[in-house]
Amino acid sequence: MSSALEKAKAPPADVPRDGPGLSGPVLEARLARTWGRPRGLIGWLSSVDHKDIGRRYIVTALTFLALAGALALIMRLQLAKPENDLVGAARYNEIFTMHGTTMMFLFAVPVMQGVQIYLTPLMIGTRAMAFPRLTAVSFYLYLAGGCLLWVAFILNIAPDIGWFAYPPLSGPQYGVGKRPDIWAQMVTFTEVASLAAAVTLIATILKQRAPGMSLARMPLYVWTTLVTSLMVVFSMPAVALASSLLLSDRLVGTHFYNPAEGGDALLWQHLFWFFGHPEVYIIFLPATGFVSEIVATFSRRSIVFYPVVVLSVVATGILAFGLWVHHMFATGLPRVGYSFYTAASISVSIPTALQIFCWIATLWEGRPRLQVPLLYVIGFIITFVIGGLTGVMIAAVPLDLQLHDTYFIVAHFHYVLIGGAVFPLLGAITYWFPKFTGRMMSEKIGKLGFWMLFLGFQLAFFPMHVAGIYGMPRRVYTYPAGMGLEWPNLLSSLGSLVVALAVLLFVLNMVRSALGGRRAAANPWDGSSLEWATQSPPADYNFAHIPVVESRAPLWGSRDHLPVVHGLRVDDRELLLTTVMDAVPDVREPSAQPSPWPFISSVAISVMFIGSILSPWALVVGAIPATIAMAAWFWPKGPPELEPTIS
Amino acid sequence: MTRLAHRLIALPLGFLSACAGNQNAMGGQGLESANFIVLFLVFLAVCAVMYLLVLAGLGIALRRRRDAGQANSVDEDRHEETSARTKVALIVWTGLVTVGLTILTVASFFSDRSNASSTRRSGLALTITGNQWWWNVQYDTSDPSASVRTANEIHLPVNVPVHVTLKSNDVIHSFWVPNLAGKQDLIPGRQTDIELLPRRTGVFHGQCAEFCGVQHTRMALDVIVEPLDDFRRWYAQQLATAPAPTTRLQMAGYRYFVTRECSSCHNVAGSPAGGQIGPDLTHVASRRSIGAGTLPLNRGNLYGWIADPQSHKPGSRMPTIPMEPRDLHSLVAYIETLK
Amino acid sequence: MTLEPRFVRDLAALPTHAFSHRSLTWWGIIGFMLIEGSAFLLAIVAYFFLMSHQPEWAPRPWLPPDLFPGTLFTVALLLSEIPNSMIKRAANAYDTNNVRRLLLVMTLIGLALLVVRGFEFNALNVRWHDNAYGSILWALLLLHTTHILTDWIDTVVLWRLMNTAHGEEPRRMVDTDENALYWRFVWISWLPIYLLIYWVPRIFR
Repeated sequence: MSSALEKAKAPPADVPRDGPGLSGPVLEARLARTWGRPRGLIGWLSSVDHKDIGRRYIVTALTFLALAGALALIMRLQLAKPENDLVGAARYNEIFTMHGTTMMFLFAVPVMQGVQIYLTPLMIGTRAMAFPRLTAVSFYLYLAGGCLLWVAFILNIAPDIGWFAYPPLSGPQYGVGKRPDIWAQMVTFTEVASLAAAVTLIATILKQRAPGMSLARMPLYVWTTLVTSLMVVFSMPAVALASSLLLSDRLVGTHFYNPAEGGDALLWQHLFWFFGHPEVYIIFLPATGFVSEIVATFSRRSIVFYPVVVLSVVATGILAFGLWVHHMFATGLPRVGYSFYTAASISVSIPTALQIFCWIATLWEGRPRLQVPLLYVIGFIITFVIGGLTGVMIAAVPLDLQLHDTYFIVAHFHYVLIGGAVFPLLGAITYWFPKFTGRMMSEKIGKLGFWMLFLGFQLAFFPMHVAGIYGMPRRVYTYPAGMGLEWPNLLSSLGSLVVALAVLLFVLNMVRSALGGRRAAANPWDGSSLEWATQSPPADYNFAHIPVVESRAPLWGSRDHLPVVHGLRVDDRELLLTTVMDAVPDVREPSAQPSPWPFISSVAISVMFIGSILSPWALVVGAIPATIAMAAWFWPKGPPELEPTIS
Repeated sequence: MTRLAHRLIALPLGFLSACAGNQNAMGGQGLESANFIVLFLVFLAVCAVMYLLVLAGLGIALRRRRDAGQANSVDEDRHEETSARTKVALIVWTGLVTVGLTILTVASFFSDRSNASSTRRSGLALTITGNQWWWNVQYDTSDPSASVRTANEIHLPVNVPVHVTLKSNDVIHSFWVPNLAGKQDLIPGRQTDIELLPRRTGVFHGQCAEFCGVQHTRMALDVIVEPLDDFRRWYAQQLATAPAPTTRLQMAGYRYFVTRECSSCHNVAGSPAGGQIGPDLTHVASRRSIGAGTLPLNRGNLYGWIADPQSHKPGSRMPTIPMEPRDLHSLVAYIETLK
Repeated sequence: MTLEPRFVRDLAALPTHAFSHRSLTWWGIIGFMLIEGSAFLLAIVAYFFLMSHQPEWAPRPWLPPDLFPGTLFTVALLLSEIPNSMIKRAANAYDTNNVRRLLLVMTLIGLALLVVRGFEFNALNVRWHDNAYGSILWALLLLHTTHILTDWIDTVVLWRLMNTAHGEEPRRMVDTDENALYWRFVWISWLPIYLLIYWVPRIFR
């Protein structure tokens, strides 16, 4: 009998465990030591705490939002009057490429994943993510990709091919220099980061839910996290493949997109949009999760028809994969095929319409409190539905052929992205701010900021529908006088200034409140989900004892006590795995300790990726240090323990 | 569509197209663009109704309990209950949404079918090839000697169906004349096409609608829809070779043109200048604009463009060639003869 | 904790490791298989998309790839499932000695396969920059090679780890079991690619 078998059959080791004998402040002090984050710069770089990584993701993403927003202001200033000469053609093309690329790859998906990384373990009642070090690598690679792009911009080699980089314009013949390569490699960084986060979230949600939290009792935000993470897994490989094939065409002379040698420019479009369409739902569905949580808490009741909302989220996630050709209606593909995509694109609005019904019905049957998070939800409904309806319009081929690539589309996607994702995000930040920081944001400034943003947004983006119908194509640095475009553009530009001020006000509110806002208790809004059972901000170990869940709204069911399990180790990092469907306690799992190896691996991988922009050999050479770093990450340090640890 | 429907729609359509400019999706001066307006208005109406229902629901939901002034706490026993009325409302709402979307899908289908009907009659055939950043226009005829080649400007006879074949020499462009029809991409390595059926005369403007590089903004074209006789006259004039220069200044310009850089890119039929890389200039002085819509065609702009195209359209493929003032004068004089 | 805890159940007796879907890392492996599987599927779709543009495939004058290295590779890869299944069984039985031996066997097999793979690249009879046909063939082969290479490196690391004191921990058996699972994905994903590289260009000429 091998000693491994002996160890497998051994009784539990005699180590300190939480329980009736060890609880309260004594337990909390020991748990704080076990789960604490190390000090200093090395400590900061070694942290694997999901709250740290989530916060870093969010702050980085909001920084990119501000940078991309500044670029938008420059564009709006240039377009405020016809034949303006504030910004020249080449620079303008860089600016709109940077704006779109930053917003889509460096803000929208990362901020959603950042909030998911922060909130998921808290909402499902566990202490860490499934793969804490992989989550850390995810952040560092995301940061590296963002820096690559923006350093290029500062060095005047920013990509200028649009955020969608169609070949042959982005190909070796017409995409001169290294600009498209930088774009493509930034995509590699961010999709690897995003995939790593998605796999971690899926494993965490399936295996680490609190006992009793069956799938049917999961918070709706956790459902949206699960569905969008699965969508990331199936859609991001498409853009990874597309950008790799592009890099290959440019660096080593392959012909994937070169029609002269059997390639096809449309191959790019199919691969890119196969990713690109699900991508927008990856951004939107988490926002619907925010809305569900906020509507429930601020209506003082559970969401009406929980199963309908869940099925709508799942249906939207699946249907989203069948729509991508609606971005290609003008490319001359067979008309018969187009009809399928029109029907699919129109029907994807049905599940969303059902979710909207459920939210409004919840407000109707509840007792709504009009505080800032709910204001953002109301702004979301009013704004997003307009975007959804213009989306139904352009799903119809005859309408799309006029409106495609005009400012009508710009209006549409800003209505669904800002109305549909940013408004809920700002409501969510306001809602969970006390949990993140232990302080409340100012309600007064919040209300002012909301109204400025809501009205400024309508002023900025509604006229773009008119501009598009009046003949203004996208991605133009100016337009002639006399086409009727002066008023819509001027109004848009004025509106964009109001939006910028509103965002600035929101950020100032965040900073001011974080530094000296009113202190918050654990559950200032009287929410029902498990994150409100932790301290504000949560202790490093999240929960002193792993909670047990007996309903969909655990904190509304038991007001004075929380049912918990016990028996987990106290002096080593340990969390609980439960079964996938019914969350029955199953395994005590060690959790990774802080380590500098994720950071070191990320540096090695970054060198490999960035080097390969210059030469394909960088992939081969760079793989060696990357492999060594990753092996060191995996290799156990220190002697084998009585019960396993991950050091 | 039925004649009654035609009449019902003709009046507001006429109003809209009178207000619309010459690069405007509400112009409706072609079959497809007229169908667009009708379909757009149908979608707008149905979508507006759905939107107002959502707003009404939201508004009532928010107003209802606010006046009740009840305690702001969660009803721990009943926070998951839903009234039977709400279940019925869900079913009604789902039905309404499905019906609304079905109406829109069917309307879209009929509009598509009407657009496709124009392909059954035969008429004019064109091939347009996209380049960075100008349009090569070729009128396709069975007899090659009767084929007109021009650039950045199209003349079409009213009420004659036109089949346009679209190709690209470099990157992806998109042909878009909103007053007449929707757009279609020009994709290198592939051939796409678009059917046009202009129904009203007028001077319309089109623009490239797929980002194609640094001067994508300045890739426009003029589309003149005219009576058949006027079209035939224009066509005959375009078929003729360029007239010989008469004055000394024009002859000096001609000599410069055919011996220096100009002829390596540009073609003037009837002269030794046979470059195929750039726009055909045989009848350039008869066109409305220079540089694919960058500047209106007049003497001053001709001077400015020829002297320094890069200052008007930076990054365009026409280099700025330093020249003596007298060469510039003679060139402009020569170009002005190319009507 | 802000609420008073009410102790419901003592979990101290729960195991600290488990196999298959009860293991957390198993889900991570499944996640990566889904990701890589999606990438392969899309590459296969791209293959057919490019093929639909050509009247001939392999387009003349290029010949289809030589059959010998690819078929040798395929046979060897399929045979490697025998020691792979053995190692999976040994891991589930906590038989560390056999696991150590078989990990060495898998390491050597992996090395041999990588050598044969090198010959395959040479036998494709087309360069990646010749045309789109060559490009997609090289891309498919390269994608799978990266696959095999990373799993081989994992196997080597695990083999070294098994030869230390950490080798006697039950968790190592779970790691071994999951490594064997991933090896199955490596050869299953190879089969369609083998057909696309070596047989489709012969059949559709």
